Amino acid sequence: MSIFVDKNTKVLVQGITGREGQFHTRQCAAYGTRVVAGVTPGKGGQDMDGIPVFNRAKEAVAQTGANCSLIFVPPAFAADAIFEAADSGVDLIVAITEGIPVMDMMRVKNYLRNKTCRLIGPNCPGIITPGACKVGIMPGPIHKPGGPIGVVSRSGTLTYEVVHQLTQQGIGQTTCIGIGGDPVNGTNFIDCLSAFQSDPETTGIVMVGEIGGTAEEDAANFITREVTKPVVGFIAGLTAPPGRRMGHAGAIISGASGTAQGKIAAMKASGIHVCENLGTLGELCAKVF
Amino acid sequence: MKIHEYQAKELFRKNGVPVPNGGVAFTPGEARGVAQTLGGFPVVVKAQIHAGGRGKGGGVKLARSLDEVGALAGQIIGMTLVTPQTGPQGRLVKKVLVEQGLNIAKELYLSILPDRATAQNIIMASEAGGMDIETVAAETPEKIVKVYVDPLLGIQPYHLREAAFRLNIPAAAMKPFFALLSSLYHVFSTCDCSLVEINPLVLTAENSVIALDAKVDVDSNALFRHKDILAYRDTDEEDPLELEASKYNLNYINLGGGGNVGNMVNGAGLAMATMDIIKLAGAEPANFLDVGGGANAEMVENGFRILLSDKNVRGILINIFGGILRCDVLAQGVVTAAHKAGLNVPVVVRMEGTNVEEGRRILAESGLNLITAVDLKDAAQKVAAIVNV
Repeated sequence: MSIFVDKNTKVLVQGITGREGQFHTRQCAAYGTRVVAGVTPGKGGQDMDGIPVFNRAKEAVAQTGANCSLIFVPPAFAADAIFEAADSGVDLIVAITEGIPVMDMMRVKNYLRNKTCRLIGPNCPGIITPGACKVGIMPGPIHKPGGPIGVVSRSGTLTYEVVHQLTQQGIGQTTCIGIGGDPVNGTNFIDCLSAFQSDPETTGIVMVGEIGGTAEEDAANFITREVTKPVVGFIAGLTAPPGRRMGHAGAIISGASGTAQGKIAAMKASGIHVCENLGTLGELCAKVF
Repeated sequence: MKIHEYQAKELFRKNGVPVPNGGVAFTPGEARGVAQTLGGFPVVVKAQIHAGGRGKGGGVKLARSLDEVGALAGQIIGMTLVTPQTGPQGRLVKKVLVEQGLNIAKELYLSILPDRATAQNIIMASEAGGMDIETVAAETPEKIVKVYVDPLLGIQPYHLREAAFRLNIPAAAMKPFFALLSSLYHVFSTCDCSLVEINPLVLTAENSVIALDAKVDVDSNALFRHKDILAYRDTDEEDPLELEASKYNLNYINLGGGGNVGNMVNGAGLAMATMDIIKLAGAEPANFLDVGGGANAEMVENGFRILLSDKNVRGILINIFGGILRCDVLAQGVVTAAHKAGLNVPVVVRMEGTNVEEGRRILAESGLNLITAVDLKDAAQKVAAIVNV
């Protein structure tokens, strides 16, 4: 088992003919993901490595039965692409794009409240169920299929580091999700924790957070109430100065809120095994799981 | 992106948010010129820098004559203004805003900002005007009025009434308050602001409502559709190294604490975690530097140059998780960059991912002062050992 994506996931790629879109579509397909369609307005009727390209997402879904959209559209047009995907009937939207204006994401977030589809991202590496389906830009080979650990993270390369350490310890993963580093995003920690809790093959969870906002504190509260599986947690940004945006648009300490110290305290209070030194995360997981 | 008060007021004026009459001046002569157009005294002379708390640092003064305007402008322009937000080094003042004084009856606080948790816009207001809002929030949270606005709906008349009644706006000032708040929301949403703040918002004895101060931060990701606001960028207010880095698409932040380990990482989360692990190993990180997912030789070279221009740096840690970027390509980039940048401090390289063995061989055979680390913990310990000699 896994959460959100598996071998039945049929992916359409919005922005498939762009440089990033092409490169990562090939990587996903090589990993075994069923990439069934692409969308680039004006290039309908063409194909990319035999994958049919359509002008419109709705058309692509109708023709191919795609149930997931992977978005590589530039920031200025990304919100529009997410709206289009949401109205096309796919169940899952994975937005990789970094740099979408906050005002656009606020509109997206409110529009999606009345939809049944799930958005992962934006500004994220995507989602992978190792050995079955990769919908994103993460390097496939660092993952170990078969579970039993679920990984959820706000970061990209930091997630790779965590997954790599798990794999080095011989610990496989059920599904790994990057929820993205933007202040307003789709799927949050709690959505993933809840899904991992319900997934019978996931026996433990690694949660990777960073400074900014209160998502980790909210997740810690949720864990106290709803999660019975062991959770290992890590927070990046102990040495980050207040008021500075640390790369990710969402990674900023505002006043007294959003500090790593506060998040670590909340996680400890909810019984999460907090890893203070990233270099030893794999070893801690080997002990806990 | 931050903009100056006088620029924020220009945006306000264009969009129908009332502000005092006034103008910006770069010299005492210009300041006198602006004051002459205002038709009376007192006149306020305000230092224009990208930091709050200017009054506390002596950057806001009241003038009662034209000569006093010139004298005060002369004092303020060229001064190094230290406020609670500038840090101890302060900020050089290059311009002042000269404005008419107002007949103040009451001071309020008013701001609009996006709330990340609810994805709603919040109008935040308080009758405790002029005070630091975080202090008000901490000490008297009941004095803070919050009105949530759905960004798809936009501001409605009931939002305006809710804010006004809860702020006890006098009946005679209701209409001008509604007009101001409605216009302010328009500025906020059409200019992609991450914050608009008026502190204080003034009710005058004549029942007009005027933005005595103005703070506007604009979402940097949205500047592609606001060329007019981009023109407000003042690079004098930015850290020279950070400015230099931004030219090469490098995300660099000098931590300013005299740290001795420079570090270069791909990805923001991993970069933060790398700073943390340097500290845990007993050394002090000097910076945050994210070279992004597709780091190439040119970016690494520019990164080196920027790290090395911080004279406190005695060792460098490069941490690259080369998932899709191959390690041999990266190693070649590091070697080329190290040659070009005239490397004069030891560099610990930790890389992981595709072709890592080949990458390590290239580093080992380069003849440069490059130390290979096997994993993150090893890397942090090695660089800490170097700087702590």
